[in-house]
Amino acid sequence: MKRKTSYSRLVVRGLVYLVAVLIALWILIPIYLITIAAFSPKDVIYSWPKSLFPQTISLETLKFFVSAQYVLPSLRNSVVVALLTLVISLVIGAPAGYALARYIFRGKDIFRIMILSTRAFPIVILSIPLAVTFMKWGLYDNLISVAILHVAMALPTTILVTSSVFVGVSKELEEAATVFGCSRVQAFTRVALPLALPGLAASAIFTFVLSWNEVFAATILTLQNRTLPARLFIQLAASPLPFRFAGGFFILIPAITFMFFIRRYLFSLWGITLK
Amino acid sequence: MNLKRFNWEPYLLLLPSALYLVFFLAWPMFQAFGLAFQADDGHLTLDYMQRMFSDVMFSAALINTVKLIIAIVPLQFILALVMALLMMERLRGSDILVYIYSIPLAISDLAAGIIWFSIFTQRGYLNSLLYGLGVLDKPFLFLNYQSNWPFAAIVLAEVWRATSIVFVILVAGLQSIPRDYAEAAEVFGANWFTRVWRVTLPLLRPSIQTALILRTILAVQMFAVVVAIAGRGMTVLANEAYRWYSEYRNPHLAATYAMFILVISLGTAFIYLRALRVKEEMVL
Amino acid sequence: MAEIHVESVRKTFGKVKAVWDVDLTVHDREFVVLLGPSGCGKTTLLRCIAGLEQVDQGRVFIGQRDVTDLPPRRRQIAMVFQNYAVFPHLTVFENVAFGLRMQHRPKDEIKKRVQSAAELLHIENLLDRYPSQLSGGQRQRVAVARAIAVDSLVLLMDEPLSNLDALLRLEMRAELKRLLREIEATTLYVTHDQVEALSLGDRIAVMRDGQILQYDTPLNVYDKPADLFIGGFIGNPPMNFLDGEVRTEDGRLIVRTGGGEIYPPPEASAVLSRLKEPSVLVGIRAENIETLSAPAEDALQATVLVVEPLGSHNLITMQLGPEQIKVNTDADFQAQPGQTIWLRLNTDKIRWIDKASGRALDYDVSPQS
Repeated sequence: MKRKTSYSRLVVRGLVYLVAVLIALWILIPIYLITIAAFSPKDVIYSWPKSLFPQTISLETLKFFVSAQYVLPSLRNSVVVALLTLVISLVIGAPAGYALARYIFRGKDIFRIMILSTRAFPIVILSIPLAVTFMKWGLYDNLISVAILHVAMALPTTILVTSSVFVGVSKELEEAATVFGCSRVQAFTRVALPLALPGLAASAIFTFVLSWNEVFAATILTLQNRTLPARLFIQLAASPLPFRFAGGFFILIPAITFMFFIRRYLFSLWGITLK
Repeated sequence: MNLKRFNWEPYLLLLPSALYLVFFLAWPMFQAFGLAFQADDGHLTLDYMQRMFSDVMFSAALINTVKLIIAIVPLQFILALVMALLMMERLRGSDILVYIYSIPLAISDLAAGIIWFSIFTQRGYLNSLLYGLGVLDKPFLFLNYQSNWPFAAIVLAEVWRATSIVFVILVAGLQSIPRDYAEAAEVFGANWFTRVWRVTLPLLRPSIQTALILRTILAVQMFAVVVAIAGRGMTVLANEAYRWYSEYRNPHLAATYAMFILVISLGTAFIYLRALRVKEEMVL
Repeated sequence: MAEIHVESVRKTFGKVKAVWDVDLTVHDREFVVLLGPSGCGKTTLLRCIAGLEQVDQGRVFIGQRDVTDLPPRRRQIAMVFQNYAVFPHLTVFENVAFGLRMQHRPKDEIKKRVQSAAELLHIENLLDRYPSQLSGGQRQRVAVARAIAVDSLVLLMDEPLSNLDALLRLEMRAELKRLLREIEATTLYVTHDQVEALSLGDRIAVMRDGQILQYDTPLNVYDKPADLFIGGFIGNPPMNFLDGEVRTEDGRLIVRTGGGEIYPPPEASAVLSRLKEPSVLVGIRAENIETLSAPAEDALQATVLVVEPLGSHNLITMQLGPEQIKVNTDADFQAQPGQTIWLRLNTDKIRWIDKASGRALDYDVSPQS
């Protein structure tokens, strides 16, 4: 090969890296911006032009946000709803995932297709009839009702994900456990569950994040007991800039943090191998 | 041991999920249908539907939704494809890159809306940057409802936020394609572009189809991003549904909008399935 | 240790008859191999005995006890799985101890048994490691150690060597044989590898399409296969089968084959003379054919096609009349493609096969159970 080719290869390689980095920056910079906005004092937020490299770091805006009326309760509500969603969807969904992974039975394919097709439904729009129903039942403006809807949203995904997690645990292992003294239940708890735990945990955290972020249903289903996104949304037009920025930051950071910790499991769940 | 061959175990394990989905997914669907086409006293009516179609905001909402989808989805796909192909290039530090590229998956559409609002708002970062570069000497009102800027800002926000969804699906799809095909093409003389266009992309069709359907359905429900950036200046279908429920206290109209969204979602899914007709053999 | 007895067992999966009307008895301390091509039902049969599959019909007895309706854990069995099934989340020690722990044995007894099982398998220095830190061969030893550590009545093995590379497989085969003989285990071993079957088993049950075709010692299965299929399946190269025509000439019964004549021994003649149809298949193994450089009365003329020098001997493919035949010769036997050679078949070692049914014209009856 001529030397010219290897030089042009280097250039192309360099361009590829450049594009990759640019895209990464495109994703990171807005996150950076909202972070510095959240950590700027109020007068900086109202001022213009804003510096892209903040001079002062201050907790003023964040404190202002947290101490505002309704905010702390809404934070608590978000946590409660997300936890409820996580637990319920896992408790209901994991057994179904296990059944799909381990058994062959009549109706299995139909069930699977139905689960897949529910993803084509704009689930969020369920909230309107459910809101009407919950009102009739006296469940309106209740965190349980939000959790119920979030679980309905998350359940199909949970079932499919836990199914693939259990498929990843070899059936032979449970069989070996039964040969060496375990009942079916013991084989599950002593062998399958410990090995499935990382995947299940990752799925659970992902469900948590989805519930934490959800806006539409939460807003429709609640009045006084709003979750953080619902509270923020309702007050959006009327609230000052510092409030909005701090609110956005608060929704953002826990979600990103959680995702950081479970990224490896998520990638293997989705079928992506990291080189 | 009982002589019945019938194993009830799997059905027992499935039962809670099946019941839950029937109660809180299937039944509300029917209820939404009922709310949209049935008056309070019980008789079937098309009044709500007619009311929706004749509503002043309806056409605006529909047109905005459609315009946004047409602007956002293709852009996202190209970007996601570039990102996914980059992943296959074995760059150093690509595991960090994959993580960064999937960060937006964790970002709520409301948070994304607020973030890009902070960029485009009058006293925001974009104006600051332009001032710093000397392009402007006073802030430009981007989020002017009369202009097209709010639209652009929403497009940017959605592309920023939701490309990861498509990216993740495409990367998983790319990795499941055996390298043999591309390598064979290379041996037989195809350059990079030809390889991508004639080998990789066709094999990627199932993933592309899945991603398209998923993304479009999510896009039809676009809600918080629009409100966060454009406030009352621009409305979309989901927004109308929300307003009819919360502000005008009319669950019937809200449900009608919801059904309309459902119809569009299913319709586009159907169109994608036909247009991208994925042959069985391609699913390897 | 105890006896395994299986009676009229049937197992179907949908329309597939995996195991159909199988009877089998493994005597106490016997090492029996279930041999057959994939899909023949050997693994299914093993799993039925283990209790991992429910039989549709028939009974399973382990140690005189009817275990047909019992789950695996109540059958007092131990098993080595094809992919080892070594628990990744437990140490080697805990893996080997697993069965013992489930039996709630006292701590010191567990320690003692694990230690002795580990020593027998030469993995005593790996007890603190996790399976992910071990090689495939080491994991296989852990699986075997786990099986022998428990006080089981029988030992079941499902192709335990098939995932090892060739060299390791050879080593482990010998080690396994020595080990199992030492602990005197009643063993039922499944494999598709006929070399393994011949080398390990006290008796071999050859299976095909869900049924046992022959159940006999390795020598008998090799020398006296019950039918065409077994003759072709066992042995490398497979048994040669030549078309033959039975005739009587000058009061003597001869068989025309390979363009010549051969003279069956008296016991064979007796059976051959009773045939309704005069067609027969002459089954002869490559090593039971003598090569001659000059024609003889009972020799057949053949042409060399391919010579494969295999180091310890030569494998020569020859054209014999309209058929091809494979012959083993000494390593220093010289032959060129196209050369004419005369072959003398060792008629005592011929397996006479009924052409219509494919079954051997048995003049010794092989024991079935």
